[in-house]
Amino acid sequence: MDITNYLKEHEDKDMLRFLTCGSVDDGKSTLIGRLLYDAKMILDDQLAAVESESKKYGTTGEKIDMALFVDGLQSEREQGITIDVAYRFFTTENRKFIIADTPGHEQYTRNMVTGASTADVAIILIDARKGILSQTRRHSYIVSLLGIEHIIVAINKMDLVDYNQEVFGKISQDYVQLANELKIKNTYYIPLSALDGDNVVDRSENMPWFSEKPLLSLLDTMDISKKIKEEKFRFPVQYVNRPNLDFRGFCGTIAAGSVKVGDKITVLPSQKSTRVKSIINSGDITERNCKSLSKEAFVPMAITITTEDEVDISRGDMIVHSDALPSLSNSLDVMLVWMDESEMDTEKNYDIKRATSVISGIFEAINYKVDINTYEKDEVKSLALNDISSCRLLLTHPIAFDTYRQNRETGSFIVVDRITNNTVGAGMIMGLTQKYEDTDMELSREYTNEEKALNQYVRDNFPEWNCRAI
Amino acid sequence: MNQLSHLKQLEAESIYILREVAAEFDNPVMMYSVGKDSSVMLHLAMKAFAPSKLPFPLLHVDTLWKFKEMIEFRDKKVKELGFDLVVHSNQEGIDMDISPFEHGSKVHTDIMKTEALKQALNKGKYDAVIGGARRDEEKSRAKERIFSFRDKYHRWDPKNQRPELWSIYNTSIEKGESVRVFPISNWTELDIWQYIYQEGIDIPSLYFAKEREVVEYEGIKVMVDDERMPVNLRKTAKKEMVRFRTLGCYPLTGAINSTATTLTQIIKEMLLSTSSEREGRLIDKDQIGAMELKKKEGYF
Repeated sequence: MDITNYLKEHEDKDMLRFLTCGSVDDGKSTLIGRLLYDAKMILDDQLAAVESESKKYGTTGEKIDMALFVDGLQSEREQGITIDVAYRFFTTENRKFIIADTPGHEQYTRNMVTGASTADVAIILIDARKGILSQTRRHSYIVSLLGIEHIIVAINKMDLVDYNQEVFGKISQDYVQLANELKIKNTYYIPLSALDGDNVVDRSENMPWFSEKPLLSLLDTMDISKKIKEEKFRFPVQYVNRPNLDFRGFCGTIAAGSVKVGDKITVLPSQKSTRVKSIINSGDITERNCKSLSKEAFVPMAITITTEDEVDISRGDMIVHSDALPSLSNSLDVMLVWMDESEMDTEKNYDIKRATSVISGIFEAINYKVDINTYEKDEVKSLALNDISSCRLLLTHPIAFDTYRQNRETGSFIVVDRITNNTVGAGMIMGLTQKYEDTDMELSREYTNEEKALNQYVRDNFPEWNCRAI
Repeated sequence: MNQLSHLKQLEAESIYILREVAAEFDNPVMMYSVGKDSSVMLHLAMKAFAPSKLPFPLLHVDTLWKFKEMIEFRDKKVKELGFDLVVHSNQEGIDMDISPFEHGSKVHTDIMKTEALKQALNKGKYDAVIGGARRDEEKSRAKERIFSFRDKYHRWDPKNQRPELWSIYNTSIEKGESVRVFPISNWTELDIWQYIYQEGIDIPSLYFAKEREVVEYEGIKVMVDDERMPVNLRKTAKKEMVRFRTLGCYPLTGAINSTATTLTQIIKEMLLSTSSEREGRLIDKDQIGAMELKKKEGYF
């Protein structure tokens, strides 16, 4: 092995994050264990440890229990279930993979939502003997809600249906309908047996009728690239770096698009404009050269920019190209996933953390709750743990936003309880509310500084009045 | 314009996390253990805040049983890069003359590491503590959040972790509580080595193979680093070509036989290796779920 060549090749590897969805019985942990084992990611001492644990906790008799490679916490091993999100890693010639391993039961919907929030691809496991179940519909809804564009439908336990091609064909056809219903962009179908490794890493000899790629080579080669050039530049300001009076840099990670020195930019929500004076790409900084400058930068680089004019910019602001402004509003239609044991309170103020800004707000109306098994919309008065609903969110200040469909980074937020400090919900911005659009005209009125200060005072001190920002 | 390589994506993610800490907390600190992961973290922090100096101090919990070279390397780095360094050792442990040879790895780690860390954190009143743990190191770490909440007794509750979505981190805490932050959660051992190679990051020479005096002790090869090793044990020392895959307290850190004297040779050896990194560490093998228990008690 020529190590220098190897390192060169691996410098250019890209990264793919995927999520596995399935219930305990679908063999999800077994599939991941199998992927890691067959991809040679399990080392001798780990294998020895799992062999000794297999005897104690295993559920597979004589065979090594592959699931034990991935079931993390001691209490979970004892109960034989996965109850939280666990992250696993492996690498091939082309890619580094990050697996979010999440539980599939309905009571763990929030964990699946968490795992799906960072995934590029989802693998949905279906038991070949059972076909599409309500849990399949539930998992599919969640991954489509979280904006995952590539879904691999893994039809598992083919060994238990005699590797029958018709069974595979029928389930695939059924799923195509479901995918259409949910407007899922790209679906891929693979018949496999995780227990024996058929079509996981190596092509199955038991299913010669299946000529597509096995799971690992599909993951390794699928195109998940985004078109950076077509995206609008979005830069949430994360940190102001001011070592001395001569330097004032705005640090952050580009959420979408690209930026060049000299570009005309607008700061939101203040709407002040200036130009980009310099860009430091943090990736280029070394111990010897801590003043390295770049002409341009693109998503998802961590950068620091300076501006031509001295403009008031702080954490939580968003910098964008002046000719590609996002919407600005404090009244939003959102999809909300409730993640706390205590119910959502439509009269309570919550902290809404979106990108780098934290603003308080209330969910003033619940439009409907989604039944995630049937996709029916129900009218409800309150939201409990794991409920997914459409709500109207009223913030105490307007924010610059894109919809979640346009941009995952600037269209998503978490909800923090101001008393317990827990993360109680997660949301996705769907658009402006109707109510706001109707009254949009009022906002064009010019206010005096005193009026603005009064408005600010009311919003800061009496958030329960739901006063709108001017 | 290309997509970023996986290492550049990991780097950007880590920088984002470090900046989030600096922006959201009043009194953060970064753990510094002198090992390769700490070296990578220091490098990332320097990138995140250039051209400024680091906006937080580094904290080294010195168990007083670290390799001599680690301490030299640490002090050299402070001089070169000019960061603030806080060093803490458990005075009660010093008074009790705690020794891993005499009291065993569990007692030594509890008192000189876990307890010392709690003391240092209480003393510094840090509200955010940045650590270099990675999710690929151990099973219980695989489920830990990047921003991991600790109560005022520094305890981790694995069953009651805050959901963590997208790259939005909940940094809200009450006085006395804290958050442990792990910016390199998603890096693997291979990523770390590749990055050290790519960026030319300085690491202690203990990682490179050299003829060193070692003894067999509790199933691992321990290097004779000072006079405190019991005489009987020292008598059995022989010279071998060895290096270390992790660095810690010298009596608890196993050397491996190796001829890898350069970074590329280390990476090659690692790629062909059949055992995982922590195998050379005594403390993780004490019992099944050992790390999970230690973490609940406040260990990183």
